Amino acid sequence: MTTPLVEMKDVSISFGGVKAVDHVSIDLYPGEVVGLLGHNGAGKSTLIKMLSGAYRMDSGEIWIDGKKADINSPRDSRDYNIETIYQTLALADNLDAASNLFLGRELTTTLGFVDDGRQEAETRKIMARLNPNFKKLKEPVSALSGGQRQSVAIARAVYFKAKILIMDEPTAALGVHETKMVADLIQELKRQGLGIFLISHDTREMMELCDRVAVMKNGQMVGAERVEDVTEDDILSMIILGKNPKDAAA
Amino acid sequence: MSDETDGAVQAPKRSTFKSLEIDTRLLGMVGAFVLVCVVFNLMTDGRFLTPRNIFNLTIQTVSVAIMATGMVFVIVTRHIDLSVGALLATTTAVMAMTQTQWLPQMMGVELGSPLIPWISIIAGLLVGALIGAFQGYLVGYQAIPAFIVTLGGLLIWRNVAWHLTDGQTIGPLNETYLLFGGINGTLGVFWSWAVGIAAAVAALFALFQGRRTKIGHGFAVKPMWAEAVVAVIVVGAILGFVAVLNAYEVPERVIARDPAIYGCVEAEGCVAAYGIPYSVLLLIAVAIVMTVVAQRTRLGRYIFATGGNPDAAELSGINTKLLTVKIFAILGVLCALGGIVASARLGYHTNDIGILDELRVIAAAVIGGTALSGGIGTIYGAIIGALIMQSLQSGMAMVGVDAPYQNIVVGLVLVLAVWIDIQYRKYTGAK
Repeated sequence: MTTPLVEMKDVSISFGGVKAVDHVSIDLYPGEVVGLLGHNGAGKSTLIKMLSGAYRMDSGEIWIDGKKADINSPRDSRDYNIETIYQTLALADNLDAASNLFLGRELTTTLGFVDDGRQEAETRKIMARLNPNFKKLKEPVSALSGGQRQSVAIARAVYFKAKILIMDEPTAALGVHETKMVADLIQELKRQGLGIFLISHDTREMMELCDRVAVMKNGQMVGAERVEDVTEDDILSMIILGKNPKDAAA
Repeated sequence: MSDETDGAVQAPKRSTFKSLEIDTRLLGMVGAFVLVCVVFNLMTDGRFLTPRNIFNLTIQTVSVAIMATGMVFVIVTRHIDLSVGALLATTTAVMAMTQTQWLPQMMGVELGSPLIPWISIIAGLLVGALIGAFQGYLVGYQAIPAFIVTLGGLLIWRNVAWHLTDGQTIGPLNETYLLFGGINGTLGVFWSWAVGIAAAVAALFALFQGRRTKIGHGFAVKPMWAEAVVAVIVVGAILGFVAVLNAYEVPERVIARDPAIYGCVEAEGCVAAYGIPYSVLLLIAVAIVMTVVAQRTRLGRYIFATGGNPDAAELSGINTKLLTVKIFAILGVLCALGGIVASARLGYHTNDIGILDELRVIAAAVIGGTALSGGIGTIYGAIIGALIMQSLQSGMAMVGVDAPYQNIVVGLVLVLAVWIDIQYRKYTGAK
């Protein structure tokens, strides 16, 4: 068996006495999409934020590519080729697409100045690939539609050759057509061998996009199953009852 | 997958005005400024737009304008600095005490030593940077709201200045130091033209370079005639400004004090003009550096990103705490620079120097289009804002409006300017 891209082992974090994530373990393989499901406050986003460096875990270990990783900040996480696309779209609304794409990793001239021309040219190139309809390169991203904004966020992950992609409700703000675009993109990235964590509320969408789904409730892992082994009803009961029907059967 | 970026993109068809690609906000602000000038000129029977008054207006604006460029960064990152006037007072107290007492009396440097002005200026800049950085540390790392830190700072630094000088007026200040005050230090006609022509050439080169970069990346460019129009406007503005300052002739009684300075043997029949003051050169240098920082450096990019969305900036790996320290330190240095100009213009450090400057500086930045909600602001806007404020004040004084009414008008203009800016943004669909 290949080495997992990511292994989170026995990870916990509390906020003021509330155990937001309670001894959870999960893994992710190259070319695999793992969906995280659960109610609001089940701990999905919190779990993933420890991987992306936004939170520091209280206990547990994270292994990347078979090596123990030390993630204390978003920058550390990026150094492990982990890119995150947040639910709230972490874009600076007042800047244009290129500035957002390269935010924190600007292309510079030999004198150390930000090379806006080159950034714009690179942005044009990658956007022509991801979303050929994308034209508003000069305007602040606040002037863009939800789908266009999402494609800026995804372009960031693709451009910097992420190996591990975290997508927190990537389609929540999107229309039907744009959702389809994101779904196609996920398949494309998967073929390229990326590992993707996907967070969503939409069980049906998750059954289509994911290879495995992991269900959380009250900060604990209820179970992680291959999608072909479970029905949508099984998953729903895991979400609502917090019990894995397979365990019950055994 | 098709690559559509090959070759130059055809510029879409646009109206004549649009193809000039002039920033409409800049145009609006310049328009407002011109309107203020023209109205006052009519009301004063042409006394407002004389070379002499324009010269005075320019040197009166410099100190506030220098600080306002730094205030832009602070407000863009959603902070505020109420301590700039007090900080200016502390830095000028340090500079004045260094050159008149500490160096000559405690360090044994002779009073006439050419090192004195420069050592005192370095001391002032350092003190400004340190105080600014400390306030930035309290805001960034200790998460005390900037309003509180700098409100405390306003009381503290105003009275630290008082403590340093025992509340006395310190002076007369060093001769070289006084050159930064305005009328005491100007380039004269020849060097003013030299600087003006050099600036015009540099501006043309920058325009040309910008066009070449765009073509290099295959982006759409303006039609050639539009480039030419912009170039003519820019060069015309630079040389026009120099011409006006060069038209302000030195009065004969001033020449009579020392005709040799003006290249004459005797005052009789000697004609000389002031030209560009050093303080204005200082402001222009500050404006250029700050604009480059804002637009072309990572620091500037991070300042605007943090102002637009602090969470996004942090998640992108930007150290927003350290950024806050840097921004306040920059403003601290600019307060010291503004302090040099202000105290050199007066010739003394006085106890009330810079009083209410915090309000002038904030108003200048805000009139210049800096949004208190963060993420938006320009350096040139802040400078034009400072010019508009100063024009209003000296214009009303010339017309003979009483002081309380002057303040009422300035207050109204401040609120009106922000309202217009909000309407403009709604109209254009920007944030």
